[in-house]
Amino acid sequence: MSKILEDLRYADSHEWVKLEGDIATVGITDYAQHALGSIVYVDMPEVGDEVTAGEEFGAVESVKAASDLISPISGEVVEINEALEDSPELVNEDAFENWIMKVKVSDPAEVDALLDAAAYAKICEE
Amino acid sequence: MEENLIKTCLHDRHVKAGALMSPFGGFDMPIQYKGITEEHNAVRHEVGVFDVSHMGEVRVKGPEAYKFVSHIFVNDVTGAPDGQIFYGMMCYENGTTVDDLLVYKVNDEEYFLVINAANIDKDVAWIKKNAEGFNVTVEDESPKYGEVALQGPKAEETLEKVLGIDGKDIPFYNFKTFPIDGEEVIVSRTGYTGEDGFEIYGSHDFIVKVWDKLMEAGVQPCGLGCRDTLRFEVGLPLYGHELSDEITPIEGSLSMFVKLDKPEFIGKEALAKQKAEGVKRRIVGIELEGNAIPRAGYPVLVNGEKVGEITTGYKSISTGKSVAMAMVDKPYDKLGTEIEVQIRKKTFPGKVVKKRFYDKNYKK
Repeated sequence: MSKILEDLRYADSHEWVKLEGDIATVGITDYAQHALGSIVYVDMPEVGDEVTAGEEFGAVESVKAASDLISPISGEVVEINEALEDSPELVNEDAFENWIMKVKVSDPAEVDALLDAAAYAKICEE
Repeated sequence: MEENLIKTCLHDRHVKAGALMSPFGGFDMPIQYKGITEEHNAVRHEVGVFDVSHMGEVRVKGPEAYKFVSHIFVNDVTGAPDGQIFYGMMCYENGTTVDDLLVYKVNDEEYFLVINAANIDKDVAWIKKNAEGFNVTVEDESPKYGEVALQGPKAEETLEKVLGIDGKDIPFYNFKTFPIDGEEVIVSRTGYTGEDGFEIYGSHDFIVKVWDKLMEAGVQPCGLGCRDTLRFEVGLPLYGHELSDEITPIEGSLSMFVKLDKPEFIGKEALAKQKAEGVKRRIVGIELEGNAIPRAGYPVLVNGEKVGEITTGYKSISTGKSVAMAMVDKPYDKLGTEIEVQIRKKTFPGKVVKKRFYDKNYKK
């Protein structure tokens, strides 16, 4: 079974969000890393890029295919996880520990509109 | 949804073993068991086995079998000893590709054609249509045969130890038939991985027994995922990517299999013209700097202008490099040409290289 953390918010496209103040940390879920298999590349945005809720901000690539990353929130990218540039497999090891980007959110209410752990768990069961 | 998918004779083995299943060419096939990387490495360094029962088999028989096969096949089977196998294509009159296939010469009056799963219906119709006026029979034997591919440096040893079949005397691109359990089993020294190996054709019951023995012996079962990474690394084409009904073998950079000195074959005129005048585009290899992965369909750019498209791309498991095969316009097909590949919103620099990203290890 894949792991779901209680205190995070989730998008149905399998990203997680942790909001601290106006900074949202974004990654992909354990369910997503498991479904993708061995991750060989993470295409991350650049610091300063604007991301928009519901739109692509990068991609996670397994051997076989590229999967778009969909931003759960809107705002400006303030940090990316540079460790993933050389070691994308960290996402497989711990998808919640190894976040992808941090965003200064423009509308914190977008986070409230995301799924809670129970609702996301349901989606994973389907 | 996908209720019309065909199941191979090994389907329940795959499902029980927990393989990730996916539709391929009309069949419900295993994509991976343990993981594409592990399976890929098993074949490169040890041995692995693939269910390739989805492949199609067509038997052409009759007094004019040689003449007919020569008519539909771009390679030249003339003068070959019985038991030899040829790789090549069937082409339309305009030179584009009906399919790529293996032709097994049983004898001058009997050939066994192995075709791609997704093309079985189309190919059989094409072969039958063109057989009119030839004294031959064309039989689609695909439903009758199961097939496994045993691939890797330890394939010969495994074939003998686990299956009791002596493959030592089968040269590369040759086959033998073995009478086993009251049937004629076909064993050929062929594959689609760039490694030494064998392909075994037999009844469904026989192939299931072979599979079970190999599993019992601990041979790594492999899915179509690594079949693709393996064939890609050694520059072998996949129909629908590097060859298609819009791509000729010359454009596919496979001229060496097109024997234009043959008296006649379907598509000869168009292909000879293309060869003489030069193609406008062809398949090349591309190596990118960095780790971004070029995938099929991504544009290839020179000075911001699109000059081609990726046909297959991976971060090569054997070399770790981001490499691809691509169809590019002339003159950008020259080795060393600096190109860019657009990957999502960004472009990444790279260059044209040979499309063999890893050296084959055939036992010839």
